[in-house]
Amino acid sequence: MQKYSGFGLLKHALSHHENWQRVWRNPKPKPRYDVIIVGGGGHGLATAYYLASVHGITNVAVLEKGYLGGGNTGRNTTIVRSNYLWDESAHLYEHALKLWEGLSQELNYNVMFSQRGVLNLGHTLQDMRDIQRRVSANRLNGIDSEVLDTQQVQELVPVMDCSPNARYPILGSSWQPRAGVARHDAVAWGYARAADALGVDMLQQCEVTDLLVEDGTVTGVETRQHGTIKAGKVGCVVAGNSGVLAKMAGFRLPIESHPLQALVSEPIKPVLDTVVMSNQVHGYISQSDKGDLVIGAGIDGYNGYGQRGSYPTIEHTVQAIVEMFPIFSRVRMNRQWGGIVDTCPDACPIISATPVENLFFNCGWGTGGFKATPGSGHVFAETLARGEASELAKPFSMFRFHDGALIDEHGAAGVAH
Amino acid sequence: MFYIYCPYCEEYREEEEFHPKGEAHIARPEDPDNCTDEEWGDYLFFRKNPRGVHHELWVHAAGCRKFFNVTRDTQSYRIYESYKIGEQPSVSA
Ligand SMILES: Cc1cc2nc3c(=O)[nH]c(=O)nc-3n(C[C@H](O)[C@H](O)[C@H](O)COP(=O)(O)OP(=O)(O)OC[C@H]3O[C@@H](n4cnc5c(N)ncnc54)[C@H](O)[C@@H]3O)c2cc1C
Ligand SMILES: [Zn+2]
Repeated sequence: MQKYSGFGLLKHALSHHENWQRVWRNPKPKPRYDVIIVGGGGHGLATAYYLASVHGITNVAVLEKGYLGGGNTGRNTTIVRSNYLWDESAHLYEHALKLWEGLSQELNYNVMFSQRGVLNLGHTLQDMRDIQRRVSANRLNGIDSEVLDTQQVQELVPVMDCSPNARYPILGSSWQPRAGVARHDAVAWGYARAADALGVDMLQQCEVTDLLVEDGTVTGVETRQHGTIKAGKVGCVVAGNSGVLAKMAGFRLPIESHPLQALVSEPIKPVLDTVVMSNQVHGYISQSDKGDLVIGAGIDGYNGYGQRGSYPTIEHTVQAIVEMFPIFSRVRMNRQWGGIVDTCPDACPIISATPVENLFFNCGWGTGGFKATPGSGHVFAETLARGEASELAKPFSMFRFHDGALIDEHGAAGVAH
Repeated sequence: MFYIYCPYCEEYREEEEFHPKGEAHIARPEDPDNCTDEEWGDYLFFRKNPRGVHHELWVHAAGCRKFFNVTRDTQSYRIYESYKIGEQPSVSA
């Protein structure tokens, strides 16, 4: 792997930047891999990277039907935080946050992780009680988390309407200073490049059309472009398409796929240097380094696989943003798009063995899995390497929906993010 | 934007008058007292979630407030039919 550095940039300037190495190879598929990862989003790529770097398993391929990072990874609003209520999820997301903190160095790729803090606003007394409870739980778990009053919120975000005259006055907020945003594409590209350097094959435009199961054990995959590819183990990390893959293997998941959309405005001068989220009016917003306002919506309530959202949802979202930020009422929106999120009944992911031997699923991250990308890949790699759930992944088995040990994160995950 | 036919009002109305309520035809277990945890889990949480033809429940929330079924393609978003509770769909995958 060609190492990136300031010096390298200067050196390549001398040859007009025409001699940069390809970021990853474009290999021919081998007939068999030890592990096949289906889905080249951030989670799949991170899994492949940690399989190679932590567990020394390098005969690995990532099969992606489109292009790397073209699913929810490249479509999300990039909020990263770990202030979840329950121990199981707090530990998982905090594990991810710690990995984020060293990720650019580890991958030698700038993922532009910016710890600008995240506010989760409270607009009612019940909101504030929930916030206090969640912040206390966070602190017991060693996660930086504070309760702010209206005055402190106003100081952090001068352009937000914090007056008592607002329709839904802001009574306070939770505040996680170590939270923030990262560049979504860079995360996919950084993991892909680092995994490729360790020998992992990135197979783009390679759609899995069937999972091959013999006597209850998975033996490989059928692909549209390259026929059969054999595998020792298969890990499915396909977000909104998890139900489709599960059906190929003959079982169902407690997951439903919904469109979730986001929009960005025209670029404007720096005006918002943190991330603001509100469950109550249902909107969340940050400003990218380019200057555009990045705004996230709620899901469409119906099941859907069309990567676009509905108009009523755009209207509700923009109403919420203008309610909080009257100053943005005349900003023009530039682009709008949708991703397909895999929502789980308890708003927690599934990182799990399945009814099929050697077949594992990592899904159900729904509206909020970007923040978990490094942690998800890390624990899923361990799960695949060991053939059983890693310590942090154990509570997230798909069989919790049979034994009832759900992890209800609807509060902390309340707003889609 | 969907334009949905309510089989009770016998009219097409805009999507915003309705709420989607998920997969249709999920029968409550016949003998709840003797269900295994697995049967309860399947009933409560596990779904078909197809990419294609889907039979789903909708409620005419801002209209007659009745529940009914819709056959809709989750990929093309084409709506094939609306039909009353207790009726069977005429379009299937
Ligand atoms: C609008 C929006 C905003 C969001 N905002 C946030 C946020 O602010 N913070 C946050 O933490 N999370 C957010 N999320 C959620 C987050 O994006 C996802 O949870 C996360 O990116 C999932 O990553 P993934 O790698 O599992 O899935 P994806 O990136 O979707 O990757 C799955 C890949 O599998 C591929 N695939 C599917 N089927 C097949 C097949 N048969 N064969 C081969 N490949 C296949 C797809 O093409 C896709 O590339 C948001 C999501 C959306 C849509
Ligand atoms: Zn009606």
